[in-house]
Amino acid sequence: MNTDAPLLRIEGLRLTYHSDGVGVPAVRGVDLVVRRGEIVGVAGESGCGKSTLASTILRLQPASARVEGTVEFEGVDVLTMRWGELRAMRWAGASIVFQGALHSLNPVQRAGAQIVEAISVHEPGIDQAALDVRVAGLLEEVGLSPALATAYPHQLSGGQRQRVMIAMALACRPSLIVADEPTTALDVMVQAQVLEVLTGLVRDRGVGMLIISHDLSVLANLCDRIAVMYAGRIVEVGPGDAIFASPLHPYAAALAGAFPRIGDQASRFAPAGLAGDPPQPEALPPGCTFAPRCPRVVSECHQVDPQLEDHPGHRKAACIRVGGGVR
Amino acid sequence: MTTVEAVDARVEFRTRSGRVATALDGANLVVRPGEIVALVGESGSGKTTLARALVGLQPLAGGQVRRDGSPLDYAPTALRAFRRRVQLVLQDPAGALNPRHTVYESVAEGMRLHRLATDDPEGSEVHLVSAALAAAGLRPPEALFLRYPHELSGGQRQRVLIAGALALRPEILIADEPVSSLDASIRGEVLALLLALRESMGLGVLVVTHDLGLAWNIADRIAVMYLGRIVETGPTEDVLRHPRHPYTQALLSVVPEMDSLTPVVLTGEIPDPTRIPSGCRFHPRCPALADGRAAAVAERCRAESLPVLSGQAVLVEEPGWHGVACHLHPERA
Amino acid sequence: MTDAAQLARARRRASLRRGWATFRSSRSGLVGLGLLGVFVFVAVAAPLLADPNGLSLTRAPGGVLEPPSSEFWLGTDDSGRPVLTLLMFGARVSLFVGLLATLISMVIGTLVGLVSGYVGGWLGQLLLRLTEWFLVIPFLPLAIVLASVLGASLVNIALVIGVTSWPATALLIRSQTLSIKERAYLERARVLGTGRWHQISRHVLPNVLPMVFANTTLTVAIAILSETTLSFLGLGDPTRVSWGSMLEDAYSVGAITTGSWWFFIPPGVCVVLIVLAFILIGQALETVLNPRLRGRR
Repeated sequence: MNTDAPLLRIEGLRLTYHSDGVGVPAVRGVDLVVRRGEIVGVAGESGCGKSTLASTILRLQPASARVEGTVEFEGVDVLTMRWGELRAMRWAGASIVFQGALHSLNPVQRAGAQIVEAISVHEPGIDQAALDVRVAGLLEEVGLSPALATAYPHQLSGGQRQRVMIAMALACRPSLIVADEPTTALDVMVQAQVLEVLTGLVRDRGVGMLIISHDLSVLANLCDRIAVMYAGRIVEVGPGDAIFASPLHPYAAALAGAFPRIGDQASRFAPAGLAGDPPQPEALPPGCTFAPRCPRVVSECHQVDPQLEDHPGHRKAACIRVGGGVR
Repeated sequence: MTTVEAVDARVEFRTRSGRVATALDGANLVVRPGEIVALVGESGSGKTTLARALVGLQPLAGGQVRRDGSPLDYAPTALRAFRRRVQLVLQDPAGALNPRHTVYESVAEGMRLHRLATDDPEGSEVHLVSAALAAAGLRPPEALFLRYPHELSGGQRQRVLIAGALALRPEILIADEPVSSLDASIRGEVLALLLALRESMGLGVLVVTHDLGLAWNIADRIAVMYLGRIVETGPTEDVLRHPRHPYTQALLSVVPEMDSLTPVVLTGEIPDPTRIPSGCRFHPRCPALADGRAAAVAERCRAESLPVLSGQAVLVEEPGWHGVACHLHPERA
Repeated sequence: MTDAAQLARARRRASLRRGWATFRSSRSGLVGLGLLGVFVFVAVAAPLLADPNGLSLTRAPGGVLEPPSSEFWLGTDDSGRPVLTLLMFGARVSLFVGLLATLISMVIGTLVGLVSGYVGGWLGQLLLRLTEWFLVIPFLPLAIVLASVLGASLVNIALVIGVTSWPATALLIRSQTLSIKERAYLERARVLGTGRWHQISRHVLPNVLPMVFANTTLTVAIAILSETTLSFLGLGDPTRVSWGSMLEDAYSVGAITTGSWWFFIPPGVCVVLIVLAFILIGQALETVLNPRLRGRR
């Protein structure tokens, strides 16, 4: 294990689903790095490839998908790992918190037992007393009473279930946590509680975290860096607060504008939206894939496929209109 | 034009264990024509129950729902006529469309029921369905006629639901979390649609949501609900810029975009409605009580219950009325 | 309104086409359909394919228990009647009784299930208890009692089978109705101002019917088996030859011990094949009728 390497390094990742002989590109060349003690966010609409990206990190993509590129976890290539190594890496190295906590928990098993399962699969031979202590500790760490270990999922509220999911993900002390829409469908207050738990983990344990969300405003305050994805590619990446406050790419701007700043008179009675739907991955438009919906589109956009380019302030954007305007 | 109002509405459920849960405990709320009202609160606050009560779907254990000042008649034919005027768009666009009905059938269903096509010499049914779909921003409408719900995107389903409600040409539209399941980019479009309908048809809208940003985007008035009661209400700008109730303040502070405020993350969740706390119902979680701001009235917070905020009556006299049910603001109740 | 009707027709045509395309993609479904087609053809055309005189005990053309030959392809029975002729006419009885019994069972089961699930209250409870009561009564004794009370005729046999086999359908429909009742689209229908009848006919029934259809094929199979069983026990219509009565004959003349396999194997195989045909069709229908399975790629 190479400790100098970043925790997670994704390079040139492409993923193509194959159905009925047609290749459907879901991820089209993504580079991303997550270091220890860092929170990285990935934002985008449904279908932009962000969840596919998350599952590929743990090699959970469906068998029909063809993957190219590199996914390195602590310097080891995940995509070519042998099965035994992969199993050890899932949970113990990196673990994933899925969206929809209601459906990811076994309804007929007590919360504590599900956490125990996660531990004992990877640490066979651990005795019951030690397990109980571990479960109680994990529940406390996510802000739940240890007494809830005996509760069934249906007896828990949405926020509590999401915390149990996080406790399960923590069970084997992973160094990377991938959270796919961890707060979707939760109330603002519960969302704030769950986000507090997640940031506390990064602060106290020094784990690295990759958070996927459609809500740029949630990511803005939370993340050191944010990558905005559109049609399988990163179109803008940079420091979290900068992307939300002054987005470069028109798509990032549309996502940021969708959530108003309360008190900002300009957004009163003027909800910002983005017309149209994202392109079908099997029929991507030529040139910039965002051009058909882009408010700043010029004719050149339909010919040039923009690449990520550096901009001041450790930022990158894939848009020919950013910086010097039309070249 | 229609005005709907809940007056001291009370709704009780009997739980499996036989206890009585009070989902609405004296709630007052009025929605008038041409007005957008946001009803906000956490899940479990009773906001969906109040929305259902306002369209007569939820029997009341006390209080009244009034249409233009007279109590709602729950007889089937009267209720049907009432629902022609007051429509509810349900949460969960994925489940609220019959999977075996095409878009056309779903939108035409209400029209057939209320015989709108036969009463209108101008419009054939197809014409009216097209118009409703176009009004909900689905263009060209004909392309969607024969689609089934599972062939639509989330935003399209939500619009079909709105179109189905609009097809009846209601005067009041109640929308339960209309954008919470939608992508950020579609969210703005659906909200803009509600604003446009208010402009063009003089529609009165009640939006039930947990999203304060949404209220800021479109609502004239806001009502904050906690455990079955409205705890703060007033013009949106006034309430969101100068929140008075510690609960509203806390809700506002955790909105991700509000970096200027120190987040006040309340512990726990809304209490079980079978055991509403004594005194002020918010006191066990109240940050003002915890940090000593409310030390002077602490005894009253724990023991003395607050009066119910009134609805319609005050608004007539004082349109900019900002009411708070909190012992810290006795003059505002 | 004409263009609305046109739209509806276009939609129905489109969904029929799509349904057939889905069905065709299931090989086992096609095999089932082919098998059933053969049986239906034989049943309908039996008087043309075989000489009805072959059914007569007095004018039987062959000798007693003749083995298969070029004249009698499947041999003859103990009265000298050609087994092939008996089989062909037996198919009519099996299909008639099977379909009629299924119709009766489906109508009762669907009605009881819908009402007990949708209306609920004391009526729902009463119907549920009635369903459970019928469910726990052992089928055969009740069928035997009913058959002997009503008298032996084809319609009565169908009635007996129908009346004893509806509870499973009723329970299925009831549970499906209960689940549909809680769906958001029923709430939406209420908000639109619909009444109970509209909700049942436009929302509950269309979503329950596919279950009924898929279940139908299974019920037909069971009904045909039951008819065979009852006939084998001698409770069938004595004036008609059915596969069950053939098996009974074969048993009573000791065809098994004498090694006259041509007498008992063909009706047995036919019963198995027709039951299999219905089950295969049922499985294929289920994917056709479930729009969510259909939409999945």
